[in-house]
Amino acid sequence: MQEKTFTIVANEPIARDTFRMVLAGDTSGITRPGQFVNVAIDGLFLRRPISVSDSGPGTCPKGVPGAGLPMDFLTLIYKVVGKGTAAMAEMESDTELNILTGLGNGFDASRAGDRPLLVGGGVGVPPLYKLAKELTAAGKRVSAVLGFNTAQEAFYEKEFRTLGCDVTVATADGSYGVRGFVTDALPETYSYFYACGPLPMLRALSETAASDGELSFAERMGCGFGACMGCTMMTKNGPKRICKDGPVFRKEETVWED
Amino acid sequence: MGRLNVDLCGIELANPVIPASGTFGYGYEFAELYDINCLGTFSFKGTTKEPRPGNPLPRIAEAPSGMLNAVGLQNPGVEAVLREELPKLKNVFHKPVMANVSGFSADDYAYTVSRLDEEPQIGWFEINVSCPNVHGGGMSFGTDPKAAADVTRRVKAVTKKPVIMKLSPNVTDIAEIAKACEDAGADAVSLINTLLAMRISLRTGRPILANTTGGLSGPAVFPVAVRMVYQVAKAVTIPVVGIGGIDSAEAVIEMMMAGASAVEVGAANLVDPFASKRIIEDLPAAMDNYGIRELKDIIGGAL
Repeated sequence: MQEKTFTIVANEPIARDTFRMVLAGDTSGITRPGQFVNVAIDGLFLRRPISVSDSGPGTCPKGVPGAGLPMDFLTLIYKVVGKGTAAMAEMESDTELNILTGLGNGFDASRAGDRPLLVGGGVGVPPLYKLAKELTAAGKRVSAVLGFNTAQEAFYEKEFRTLGCDVTVATADGSYGVRGFVTDALPETYSYFYACGPLPMLRALSETAASDGELSFAERMGCGFGACMGCTMMTKNGPKRICKDGPVFRKEETVWED
Repeated sequence: MGRLNVDLCGIELANPVIPASGTFGYGYEFAELYDINCLGTFSFKGTTKEPRPGNPLPRIAEAPSGMLNAVGLQNPGVEAVLREELPKLKNVFHKPVMANVSGFSADDYAYTVSRLDEEPQIGWFEINVSCPNVHGGGMSFGTDPKAAADVTRRVKAVTKKPVIMKLSPNVTDIAEIAKACEDAGADAVSLINTLLAMRISLRTGRPILANTTGGLSGPAVFPVAVRMVYQVAKAVTIPVVGIGGIDSAEAVIEMMMAGASAVEVGAANLVDPFASKRIIEDLPAAMDNYGIRELKDIIGGAL
Protein backbone atom coordinates (compact mmCIF):
# COMPACT_ATOMS: atom_id res chain seq x y z
CA MET A 1 0.00 0.00 0.00
CA GLN A 2 1.10 3.53 -0.76
CA GLU A 3 -0.57 6.86 -0.02
CA LYS A 4 -0.23 9.14 -3.04
CA THR A 5 -1.67 12.33 -4.47
CA PHE A 6 -3.16 12.00 -7.95
CA THR A 7 -4.40 14.67 -10.35
CA ILE A 8 -7.48 14.11 -12.49
CA VAL A 9 -6.73 14.48 -16.20
CA ALA A 10 -10.08 13.27 -17.52
CA ASN A 11 -13.44 12.26 -16.02
CA GLU A 12 -16.23 11.47 -18.46
CA PRO A 13 -19.32 9.28 -18.83
CA ILE A 14 -18.85 6.11 -20.89
CA ALA A 15 -22.28 4.54 -20.31
CA ARG A 16 -25.41 5.27 -18.29
CA ASP A 17 -24.35 6.25 -14.73
CA THR A 18 -20.86 4.96 -15.53
CA PHE A 19 -17.77 7.16 -15.65
CA ARG A 20 -14.12 6.78 -16.53
CA MET A 21 -11.64 8.85 -14.52
CA VAL A 22 -8.02 9.04 -15.66
CA LEU A 23 -5.54 10.31 -13.10
CA ALA A 24 -1.84 11.15 -13.19
CA GLY A 25 0.34 10.12 -10.27
CA ASP A 26 2.68 7.51 -8.85
CA THR A 27 1.24 4.06 -9.61
CA SER A 28 4.31 2.09 -8.49
CA GLY A 29 2.28 0.59 -5.63
CA ILE A 30 0.03 -1.24 -8.10
CA THR A 31 1.68 -4.55 -8.87
CA ARG A 32 -1.10 -6.84 -10.19
CA PRO A 33 -4.33 -6.56 -12.16
CA GLY A 34 -7.38 -6.89 -9.90
CA GLN A 35 -6.01 -4.65 -7.16
CA PHE A 36 -7.98 -1.61 -6.05
CA VAL A 37 -7.45 1.88 -4.71
CA ASN A 38 -9.22 3.72 -1.88
CA VAL A 39 -10.14 7.29 -2.76
CA ALA A 40 -10.56 10.07 -0.18
CA ILE A 41 -13.47 12.34 -1.10
CA ASP A 42 -13.97 15.80 0.42
CA GLY A 43 -16.97 15.94 2.71
CA LEU A 44 -17.23 12.18 3.18
CA PHE A 45 -15.63 10.30 6.04
CA LEU A 46 -14.91 6.92 4.52
CA ARG A 47 -12.76 6.46 1.47
CA ARG A 48 -14.36 4.82 -1.57
CA PRO A 49 -12.76 1.59 -2.83
CA ILE A 50 -12.59 1.48 -6.64
CA SER A 51 -11.00 -1.26 -8.74
CA VAL A 52 -8.03 -0.39 -10.92
CA SER A 53 -9.13 -0.63 -14.54
CA ASP A 54 -5.72 0.22 -15.91
CA SER A 55 -2.47 1.77 -14.72
CA GLY A 56 1.11 2.23 -15.74
CA PRO A 57 3.32 4.42 -17.86
CA GLY A 58 1.66 6.43 -20.60
CA THR A 59 1.47 9.85 -22.19
CA CYS A 60 -0.35 12.85 -20.78
CA PRO A 61 -3.44 13.42 -22.94
CA LYS A 62 -4.04 16.48 -25.11
CA GLY A 63 -5.73 19.50 -23.63
CA VAL A 64 -4.26 19.29 -20.13
CA PRO A 65 -1.06 20.76 -18.68
CA GLY A 66 1.90 18.58 -19.62
CA ALA A 67 0.19 17.23 -22.77
CA GLY A 68 2.40 14.77 -24.59
CA LEU A 69 4.77 14.25 -21.66
CA PRO A 70 5.26 10.79 -20.18
CA MET A 71 3.20 10.14 -17.05
CA ASP A 72 2.05 7.33 -14.83
CA PHE A 73 -1.69 7.04 -15.23
CA LEU A 74 -4.45 5.36 -13.29
CA THR A 75 -7.82 4.60 -14.86
CA LEU A 76 -10.86 4.10 -12.64
CA ILE A 77 -14.23 3.13 -14.07
CA TYR A 78 -17.05 3.57 -11.59
CA LYS A 79 -20.82 3.56 -11.50
CA VAL A 80 -22.72 6.20 -9.60
CA VAL A 81 -24.41 4.22 -6.84
CA GLY A 82 -24.31 6.62 -3.88
CA LYS A 83 -22.96 9.86 -2.48
CA GLY A 84 -19.29 9.00 -2.94
CA THR A 85 -19.46 8.02 -6.58
CA ALA A 86 -21.90 10.89 -7.28
CA ALA A 87 -19.29 13.29 -5.86
CA MET A 88 -16.61 11.66 -8.03
CA ALA A 89 -18.74 12.15 -11.13
CA GLU A 90 -18.79 15.90 -10.46
CA MET A 91 -15.02 16.21 -10.13
CA GLU A 92 -13.21 18.36 -12.68
CA SER A 93 -9.81 17.96 -14.32
CA ASP A 94 -6.84 19.17 -12.25
CA THR A 95 -8.58 18.18 -9.00
CA GLU A 96 -6.12 16.50 -6.64
CA LEU A 97 -7.15 13.33 -4.85
CA ASN A 98 -5.52 11.51 -1.93
CA ILE A 99 -5.53 7.83 -2.84
CA LEU A 100 -4.29 4.66 -1.15
CA THR A 101 -2.94 2.54 -3.99
CA GLY A 102 -1.95 -1.07 -4.50
CA LEU A 103 -4.60 -2.51 -2.19
CA GLY A 104 -5.60 -6.17 -2.24
CA ASN A 105 -4.00 -9.25 -3.75
CA GLY A 106 -5.17 -9.05 -7.38
CA PHE A 107 -5.52 -11.78 -9.99
CA ASP A 108 -2.86 -14.44 -10.48
CA ALA A 109 -2.20 -14.27 -14.23
CA SER A 110 0.20 -17.22 -14.02
CA ARG A 111 -2.71 -19.63 -13.65
CA ALA A 112 -4.41 -18.59 -16.89
CA GLY A 113 -3.44 -21.52 -19.12
CA ASP A 114 -3.72 -21.12 -22.90
CA ARG A 115 -7.36 -20.06 -23.20
CA PRO A 116 -8.40 -17.98 -20.19
CA LEU A 117 -11.94 -16.71 -19.82
CA LEU A 118 -12.77 -13.33 -18.31
CA VAL A 119 -16.29 -12.85 -16.95
CA GLY A 120 -17.42 -9.40 -15.87
CA GLY A 121 -20.77 -8.14 -14.66
CA GLY A 122 -21.45 -4.38 -14.72
CA VAL A 123 -18.80 -2.53 -12.72
CA GLY A 124 -17.10 -5.88 -12.30
CA VAL A 125 -15.84 -5.46 -15.87
CA PRO A 126 -13.19 -2.76 -15.22
CA PRO A 127 -10.56 -4.74 -13.24
CA LEU A 128 -10.62 -7.41 -15.98
CA TYR A 129 -9.35 -4.86 -18.52
CA LYS A 130 -5.84 -4.63 -17.06
CA LEU A 131 -5.81 -8.41 -16.74
CA ALA A 132 -6.88 -8.77 -20.39
CA LYS A 133 -4.04 -6.46 -21.37
CA GLU A 134 -1.51 -8.64 -19.57
CA LEU A 135 -2.91 -11.93 -20.84
CA THR A 136 -3.16 -10.86 -24.46
CA ALA A 137 0.35 -9.36 -24.27
CA ALA A 138 1.52 -12.77 -23.06
CA GLY A 139 0.03 -14.36 -26.18
CA LYS A 140 -2.98 -16.01 -24.54
CA ARG A 141 -6.17 -16.57 -26.48
CA VAL A 142 -8.56 -14.65 -24.22
CA SER A 143 -12.35 -14.86 -24.22
CA ALA A 144 -14.30 -12.14 -22.44
CA VAL A 145 -17.96 -12.31 -21.51
CA LEU A 146 -19.29 -8.96 -20.37
CA GLY A 147 -22.73 -8.74 -18.78
CA PHE A 148 -24.88 -5.67 -18.28
CA ASN A 149 -28.47 -4.91 -17.32
CA THR A 150 -29.24 -3.16 -20.56
CA ALA A 151 -27.61 -1.79 -23.74
CA GLN A 152 -27.28 1.73 -22.33
CA GLU A 153 -25.12 0.44 -19.48
CA ALA A 154 -22.75 -1.56 -21.67
CA PHE A 155 -19.16 -0.41 -22.01
CA TYR A 156 -15.67 -1.54 -23.05
CA GLU A 157 -16.73 -4.14 -25.64
CA LYS A 158 -14.57 -2.33 -28.22
CA GLU A 159 -11.66 -1.90 -25.78
CA PHE A 160 -11.49 -5.62 -25.01
CA ARG A 161 -11.80 -6.42 -28.72
CA THR A 162 -8.97 -4.02 -29.53
CA LEU A 163 -6.74 -5.98 -27.18
CA GLY A 164 -7.53 -9.08 -29.21
CA CYS A 165 -10.07 -10.70 -26.91
CA ASP A 166 -12.94 -12.75 -28.26
CA VAL A 167 -15.79 -10.70 -26.74
CA THR A 168 -19.40 -11.66 -26.05
CA VAL A 169 -21.81 -9.18 -24.50
CA ALA A 170 -24.93 -10.26 -22.62
CA THR A 171 -27.73 -8.00 -21.43
CA ALA A 172 -30.35 -9.07 -18.93
CA ASP A 173 -33.13 -7.38 -20.92
CA GLY A 174 -31.88 -8.61 -24.30
CA SER A 175 -31.47 -5.07 -25.63
CA TYR A 176 -27.96 -5.87 -26.86
CA GLY A 177 -25.98 -9.05 -27.50
CA VAL A 178 -27.03 -12.31 -25.91
CA ARG A 179 -30.25 -12.08 -23.88
CA GLY A 180 -29.62 -13.20 -20.34
CA PHE A 181 -26.81 -13.40 -17.83
CA VAL A 182 -23.11 -14.00 -18.42
CA THR A 183 -23.64 -17.65 -17.50
CA ASP A 184 -25.90 -17.92 -20.59
CA ALA A 185 -23.05 -16.77 -22.82
CA LEU A 186 -20.00 -18.72 -21.65
CA PRO A 187 -17.80 -20.33 -24.33
CA GLU A 188 -17.63 -24.14 -24.42
CA THR A 189 -13.97 -24.45 -23.63
CA TYR A 190 -11.60 -22.41 -21.52
CA SER A 191 -8.55 -23.23 -19.44
CA TYR A 192 -9.25 -21.04 -16.40
CA PHE A 193 -11.61 -18.21 -15.52
CA TYR A 194 -11.34 -14.82 -13.86
CA ALA A 195 -14.56 -13.15 -12.71
CA CYS A 196 -15.72 -9.95 -11.10
CA GLY A 197 -19.32 -8.87 -10.65
CA PRO A 198 -22.36 -9.11 -8.40
CA LEU A 199 -22.56 -11.95 -5.85
CA PRO A 200 -25.28 -13.96 -7.67
CA MET A 201 -23.10 -13.94 -10.80
CA LEU A 202 -20.01 -15.06 -8.86
CA ARG A 203 -21.99 -17.79 -7.17
CA ALA A 204 -23.48 -19.08 -10.41
CA LEU A 205 -20.05 -19.15 -12.00
CA SER A 206 -18.33 -20.88 -9.11
CA GLU A 207 -21.03 -23.54 -9.10
CA THR A 208 -21.20 -24.14 -12.85
CA ALA A 209 -17.83 -23.20 -14.35
CA ALA A 210 -16.03 -26.01 -16.14
CA SER A 211 -12.59 -24.99 -14.90
CA ASP A 212 -10.83 -23.63 -11.86
CA GLY A 213 -10.84 -19.92 -11.54
CA GLU A 214 -10.66 -16.80 -9.44
CA LEU A 215 -13.44 -14.51 -8.26
CA SER A 216 -13.10 -10.90 -7.20
CA PHE A 217 -15.48 -9.67 -4.49
CA ALA A 218 -16.70 -6.15 -3.74
CA GLU A 219 -17.94 -5.00 -0.34
CA ARG A 220 -18.45 -1.91 1.78
CA MET A 221 -15.11 -1.31 3.48
CA GLY A 222 -13.86 0.64 6.45
CA CYS A 223 -10.14 0.96 5.82
CA GLY A 224 -9.34 -1.07 2.70
CA PHE A 225 -6.01 -2.31 4.08
CA GLY A 226 -6.87 -5.01 6.59
CA ALA A 227 -7.12 -3.13 9.87
CA CYS A 228 -10.82 -2.95 10.71
CA MET A 229 -12.27 -6.37 9.80
CA GLY A 230 -15.18 -4.51 8.24
CA CYS A 231 -15.30 -6.62 5.06
CA THR A 232 -14.57 -10.15 6.25
CA MET A 233 -16.24 -13.07 4.50
CA MET A 234 -16.18 -16.75 5.35
CA THR A 235 -14.07 -19.03 3.14
CA LYS A 236 -13.09 -22.68 3.29
CA ASN A 237 -9.89 -21.44 4.94
CA GLY A 238 -11.74 -19.47 7.62
CA PRO A 239 -12.73 -15.81 7.77
CA LYS A 240 -10.83 -13.69 5.24
CA ARG A 241 -10.68 -9.91 4.76
CA ILE A 242 -11.89 -9.03 1.25
CA CYS A 243 -9.67 -5.93 1.25
CA LYS A 244 -6.40 -7.54 2.34
CA ASP A 245 -6.62 -11.31 1.80
CA GLY A 246 -8.74 -10.66 -1.32
CA PRO A 247 -10.51 -9.16 -3.16
CA VAL A 248 -9.63 -12.13 -5.38
CA PHE A 249 -10.27 -15.63 -4.04
CA ARG A 250 -9.74 -19.00 -5.70
CA LYS A 251 -12.94 -20.80 -6.66
CA GLU A 252 -12.20 -23.68 -4.31
CA GLU A 253 -11.89 -21.28 -1.36
CA THR A 254 -15.36 -19.83 -1.71
CA VAL A 255 -18.28 -20.76 0.51
CA TRP A 256 -21.86 -20.00 -0.52
CA GLU A 257 -24.52 -19.86 2.17
CA ASP A 258 -28.26 -19.95 1.50
CA MET B 1 11.44 13.13 30.09
CA GLY B 2 9.92 14.69 27.00
CA ARG B 3 7.13 17.22 26.77
CA LEU B 4 4.71 14.56 25.59
CA ASN B 5 5.31 11.94 28.31
CA VAL B 6 2.40 10.78 30.41
CA ASP B 7 1.94 8.05 32.99
CA LEU B 8 -0.72 5.40 32.58
CA CYS B 9 -1.16 3.26 35.68
CA GLY B 10 2.54 3.36 36.53
CA ILE B 11 3.82 2.76 33.00
CA GLU B 12 5.43 5.72 31.28
CA LEU B 13 4.19 6.50 27.77
CA ALA B 14 6.41 8.53 25.41
CA ASN B 15 3.23 10.29 24.33
CA PRO B 16 -0.48 9.91 25.10
CA VAL B 17 -1.51 8.62 21.65
CA ILE B 18 -2.85 5.06 21.59
CA PRO B 19 -4.52 3.57 18.50
CA ALA B 20 -7.84 2.14 19.65
CA SER B 21 -8.72 -1.53 19.59
CA GLY B 22 -10.37 -2.69 16.39
CA THR B 23 -8.80 0.03 14.27
CA PHE B 24 -5.20 -1.16 14.37
CA GLY B 25 -5.34 -4.96 14.16
CA TYR B 26 -2.22 -6.35 15.81
CA GLY B 27 -0.16 -3.50 14.43
CA TYR B 28 1.51 -5.10 11.45
CA GLU B 29 -0.62 -3.60 8.68
CA PHE B 30 0.51 -0.20 9.97
CA ALA B 31 4.09 -1.33 10.57
CA GLU B 32 4.33 -1.74 6.78
CA LEU B 33 3.77 2.02 6.55
CA TYR B 34 5.70 3.51 9.48
CA ASP B 35 7.64 2.58 12.59
CA ILE B 36 4.82 2.07 15.05
CA ASN B 37 7.23 2.38 17.97
CA CYS B 38 6.51 6.12 17.77
CA LEU B 39 3.18 5.37 19.47
CA GLY B 40 2.58 5.65 23.20
CA THR B 41 1.24 2.11 22.90
CA PHE B 42 -1.70 0.56 21.05
CA SER B 43 -4.70 -1.49 22.06
CA PHE B 44 -4.81 -4.63 19.98
CA LYS B 45 -7.88 -6.22 18.38
CA GLY B 46 -10.50 -7.31 20.93
CA THR B 47 -9.81 -10.88 21.97
CA THR B 48 -12.30 -13.45 23.21
CA LYS B 49 -12.01 -16.93 24.67
CA GLU B 50 -13.25 -18.66 21.53
CA PRO B 51 -12.64 -17.68 17.87
CA ARG B 52 -15.37 -15.44 16.47
CA PRO B 53 -16.11 -15.02 12.74
CA GLY B 54 -17.97 -11.77 13.44
CA ASN B 55 -21.20 -10.47 11.95
CA PRO B 56 -22.58 -10.93 8.41
CA LEU B 57 -21.84 -8.29 5.75
CA PRO B 58 -22.29 -5.38 5.31
CA ARG B 59 -20.57 -4.33 8.54
CA ILE B 60 -19.69 -0.75 7.59
CA ALA B 61 -21.71 2.36 6.74
CA GLU B 62 -20.93 6.02 6.18
CA ALA B 63 -22.20 8.71 8.56
CA PRO B 64 -21.92 12.50 8.62
CA SER B 65 -18.37 13.06 9.97
CA GLY B 66 -18.04 9.43 10.94
CA MET B 67 -18.88 5.83 10.32
CA LEU B 68 -20.87 2.91 11.65
CA ASN B 69 -19.37 -0.50 12.23
CA ALA B 70 -20.88 -3.80 13.26
CA VAL B 71 -17.85 -6.07 13.03
CA GLY B 72 -19.01 -8.12 15.99
CA LEU B 73 -15.68 -8.87 17.70
CA GLN B 74 -14.23 -10.95 14.90
CA ASN B 75 -11.00 -12.45 16.25
CA PRO B 76 -9.19 -15.79 16.13
CA GLY B 77 -9.66 -16.50 19.85
CA VAL B 78 -7.16 -16.17 22.68
CA GLU B 79 -5.13 -19.30 21.92
CA ALA B 80 -4.48 -18.25 18.31
CA VAL B 81 -3.70 -14.72 19.48
CA LEU B 82 -1.07 -16.10 21.86
CA ARG B 83 0.31 -18.57 19.33
CA GLU B 84 0.22 -16.54 16.10
CA GLU B 85 -0.53 -12.86 16.50
CA LEU B 86 1.54 -11.80 19.51
CA PRO B 87 4.83 -13.31 18.24
CA LYS B 88 4.34 -11.31 15.02
CA LEU B 89 3.38 -8.19 16.99
CA LYS B 90 6.62 -8.51 18.98
CA ASN B 91 8.62 -8.19 15.77
CA VAL B 92 7.20 -4.78 14.93
CA PHE B 93 6.42 -3.23 18.33
CA HIS B 94 8.84 -3.20 21.21
CA LYS B 95 6.94 -1.44 23.98
CA PRO B 96 4.30 -2.65 26.43
CA VAL B 97 1.08 -3.22 24.50
CA MET B 98 -2.54 -2.96 25.65
CA ALA B 99 -4.56 -6.17 25.44
CA ASN B 100 -8.24 -5.58 24.69
CA VAL B 101 -10.46 -8.38 25.99
CA SER B 102 -14.16 -9.11 25.45
CA GLY B 103 -16.45 -11.80 26.74
CA PHE B 104 -19.93 -13.18 27.05
CA SER B 105 -19.77 -13.97 30.76
CA ALA B 106 -17.63 -12.87 33.70
CA ASP B 107 -15.96 -16.30 33.47
CA ASP B 108 -15.03 -15.61 29.81
CA TYR B 109 -13.33 -12.35 30.70
CA ALA B 110 -11.41 -13.91 33.59
CA TYR B 111 -10.34 -16.89 31.48
CA THR B 112 -9.07 -14.78 28.57
CA VAL B 113 -7.20 -12.38 30.85
CA SER B 114 -5.61 -15.25 32.77
CA ARG B 115 -4.39 -16.80 29.50
CA LEU B 116 -2.96 -13.50 28.22
CA ASP B 117 -1.45 -12.60 31.60
CA GLU B 118 1.60 -14.80 30.96
CA GLU B 119 2.59 -12.66 27.96
CA PRO B 120 5.26 -10.24 29.25
CA GLN B 121 4.73 -7.64 26.51
CA ILE B 122 1.19 -6.96 27.70
CA GLY B 123 1.36 -3.87 29.88
CA TRP B 124 -2.33 -3.26 30.49
CA PHE B 125 -5.63 -5.03 30.05
CA GLU B 126 -8.45 -3.02 28.51
CA ILE B 127 -11.69 -4.79 29.33
CA ASN B 128 -14.38 -4.11 26.76
CA VAL B 129 -17.71 -4.14 28.57
CA SER B 130 -19.17 -1.93 25.87
CA CYS B 131 -19.30 -3.62 22.47
CA PRO B 132 -22.70 -2.69 20.97
CA ASN B 133 -22.49 -5.23 18.16
CA VAL B 134 -22.80 -8.60 19.87
CA HIS B 135 -25.75 -10.18 21.55
CA GLY B 136 -25.80 -11.58 25.07
CA GLY B 137 -22.46 -10.05 26.01
CA GLY B 138 -20.32 -7.01 25.49
CA MET B 139 -22.36 -3.94 26.18
CA SER B 140 -24.74 -5.68 28.58
CA PHE B 141 -21.90 -5.72 31.14
CA GLY B 142 -21.19 -2.05 30.66
CA THR B 143 -24.71 -0.72 31.07
CA ASP B 144 -25.26 -2.08 34.59
CA PRO B 145 -23.00 -0.89 37.44
CA LYS B 146 -23.25 -4.22 39.27
CA ALA B 147 -22.31 -6.28 36.21
CA ALA B 148 -19.44 -3.92 35.34
CA ALA B 149 -18.15 -4.16 38.91
CA ASP B 150 -18.44 -7.93 38.85
CA VAL B 151 -16.36 -8.23 35.65
CA THR B 152 -13.81 -5.79 37.14
CA ARG B 153 -13.42 -7.90 40.30
CA ARG B 154 -13.16 -11.16 38.38
CA VAL B 155 -10.48 -9.79 36.07
CA LYS B 156 -8.54 -8.11 38.86
CA ALA B 157 -8.43 -11.44 40.66
CA VAL B 158 -6.47 -13.10 37.85
CA THR B 159 -3.90 -10.44 36.94
CA LYS B 160 -1.54 -8.04 38.67
CA LYS B 161 -1.32 -5.90 35.54
CA PRO B 162 -3.32 -2.66 35.38
CA VAL B 163 -6.95 -3.18 34.38
CA ILE B 164 -8.65 -0.49 32.32
CA MET B 165 -12.42 -0.85 31.96
CA LYS B 166 -13.68 0.37 28.56
CA LEU B 167 -17.08 1.94 29.02
CA SER B 168 -20.15 2.35 26.87
CA PRO B 169 -21.72 5.74 26.16
CA ASN B 170 -25.08 4.03 25.71
CA VAL B 171 -26.10 4.66 29.31
CA THR B 172 -27.93 7.35 31.25
CA ASP B 173 -25.11 8.00 33.72
CA ILE B 174 -21.65 6.89 32.61
CA ALA B 175 -20.06 8.32 35.78
CA GLU B 176 -22.06 5.86 37.87
CA ILE B 177 -20.63 2.91 35.87
CA ALA B 178 -17.11 4.35 36.11
CA LYS B 179 -17.47 4.76 39.86
CA ALA B 180 -18.67 1.17 40.21
CA CYS B 181 -15.58 -0.02 38.30
CA GLU B 182 -13.29 2.13 40.44
CA ASP B 183 -14.86 0.79 43.63
CA ALA B 184 -14.38 -2.78 42.33
CA GLY B 185 -10.66 -2.16 41.87
CA ALA B 186 -10.27 -0.93 38.29
CA ASP B 187 -6.95 0.84 37.74
CA ALA B 188 -8.37 3.12 35.04
CA VAL B 189 -11.34 3.54 32.74
CA SER B 190 -11.37 4.26 29.00
CA LEU B 191 -14.27 5.87 27.18
CA ILE B 192 -16.21 6.10 25.01
CA ASN B 193 -16.87 3.01 22.97
CA THR B 194 -19.13 3.61 19.97
CA LEU B 195 -22.64 5.06 20.12
CA LEU B 196 -25.42 2.73 19.09
CA ALA B 197 -26.57 3.90 15.66
CA MET B 198 -28.37 2.88 12.47
CA ARG B 199 -28.58 3.78 8.78
CA ILE B 200 -31.24 2.82 6.26
CA SER B 201 -30.67 2.44 2.51
CA LEU B 202 -33.12 4.63 0.61
CA ARG B 203 -32.84 2.24 -2.35
CA THR B 204 -33.89 -0.88 -0.47
CA GLY B 205 -35.75 0.67 2.46
CA ARG B 206 -33.80 -1.72 4.70
CA PRO B 207 -31.03 -1.16 7.26
CA ILE B 208 -27.61 -0.93 5.57
CA LEU B 209 -25.88 -3.03 8.21
CA ALA B 210 -26.70 -6.73 8.25
CA ASN B 211 -26.69 -6.47 12.05
CA THR B 212 -29.36 -3.69 11.71
CA THR B 213 -27.53 -1.49 14.21
CA GLY B 214 -23.87 -0.59 14.61
CA GLY B 215 -21.55 1.65 16.56
CA LEU B 216 -20.98 5.26 15.50
CA SER B 217 -17.43 6.59 15.68
CA GLY B 218 -15.39 9.37 14.14
CA PRO B 219 -15.36 13.15 14.64
CA ALA B 220 -19.17 13.09 14.94
CA VAL B 221 -18.88 11.64 18.45
CA PHE B 222 -15.99 13.80 19.69
CA PRO B 223 -18.07 16.36 21.65
CA VAL B 224 -20.03 13.53 23.27
CA ALA B 225 -16.76 11.89 24.29
CA VAL B 226 -15.34 15.13 25.71
CA ARG B 227 -18.50 15.60 27.79
CA MET B 228 -18.42 12.03 29.12
CA VAL B 229 -14.67 12.07 29.87
CA TYR B 230 -15.26 15.31 31.78
CA GLN B 231 -18.14 13.80 33.77
CA VAL B 232 -16.20 10.65 34.59
CA ALA B 233 -12.98 12.50 35.47
CA LYS B 234 -15.01 14.51 37.98
CA ALA B 235 -16.45 11.35 39.52
CA VAL B 236 -13.37 9.11 39.87
CA THR B 237 -9.77 9.42 41.06
CA ILE B 238 -8.31 6.72 38.75
CA PRO B 239 -6.93 7.74 35.33
CA VAL B 240 -9.32 8.20 32.41
CA VAL B 241 -8.34 7.32 28.84
CA GLY B 242 -10.27 9.53 26.41
CA ILE B 243 -11.60 7.94 23.23
CA GLY B 244 -13.97 9.20 20.55
CA GLY B 245 -13.42 11.04 17.29
CA ILE B 246 -9.85 12.20 17.97
CA ASP B 247 -8.22 13.10 14.65
CA SER B 248 -5.84 15.93 15.47
CA ALA B 249 -3.32 17.19 18.02
CA GLU B 250 -5.85 19.84 19.04
CA ALA B 251 -8.43 17.14 19.78
CA VAL B 252 -5.84 15.36 21.98
CA ILE B 253 -5.28 18.56 23.94
CA GLU B 254 -9.02 19.17 24.35
CA MET B 255 -9.61 15.61 25.52
CA MET B 256 -6.78 15.87 28.05
CA MET B 257 -8.13 19.18 29.35
CA ALA B 258 -11.43 17.34 29.89
CA GLY B 259 -9.61 14.91 32.18
CA ALA B 260 -7.95 12.28 29.99
CA SER B 261 -4.49 11.04 31.03
CA ALA B 262 -4.04 9.49 27.59
CA VAL B 263 -6.16 9.18 24.46
CA GLU B 264 -7.09 6.55 21.94
CA VAL B 265 -7.35 7.27 18.23
CA GLY B 266 -9.86 5.04 16.46
CA ALA B 267 -11.71 5.69 13.22
CA ALA B 268 -9.09 8.21 12.07
CA ASN B 269 -6.61 5.34 11.54
CA LEU B 270 -8.96 3.74 9.04
CA VAL B 271 -9.35 6.70 6.71
CA ASP B 272 -5.81 8.01 7.19
CA PRO B 273 -3.43 5.15 7.99
CA PHE B 274 -0.83 7.71 9.11
CA ALA B 275 -3.25 9.51 11.46
CA SER B 276 -1.75 8.41 14.79
CA LYS B 277 1.81 9.20 13.68
CA ARG B 278 0.76 12.57 12.28
CA ILE B 279 -1.07 13.50 15.49
CA ILE B 280 2.04 12.72 17.56
CA GLU B 281 4.21 14.78 15.21
CA ASP B 282 1.73 17.68 15.31
CA LEU B 283 1.51 17.79 19.12
CA PRO B 284 4.58 19.96 19.93
CA ALA B 285 3.54 22.76 17.57
CA ALA B 286 -0.06 22.61 18.77
CA MET B 287 1.16 22.78 22.39
CA ASP B 288 3.28 25.82 21.52
CA ASN B 289 0.21 27.52 20.05
CA TYR B 290 -1.57 27.22 23.38
CA GLY B 291 1.42 27.88 25.64
CA ILE B 292 1.53 24.31 26.91
CA ARG B 293 4.98 23.29 28.17
CA GLU B 294 4.27 19.68 29.15
CA LEU B 295 1.18 17.68 28.22
CA LYS B 296 0.77 16.13 31.65
CA ASP B 297 0.22 19.61 33.10
CA ILE B 298 -3.08 20.01 31.25
CA ILE B 299 -4.77 16.76 32.34
CA GLY B 300 -8.13 17.70 33.80
CA GLY B 301 -7.40 21.39 33.48
CA ALA B 302 -11.04 22.12 32.62
CA LEU B 303 -12.43 20.30 35.65
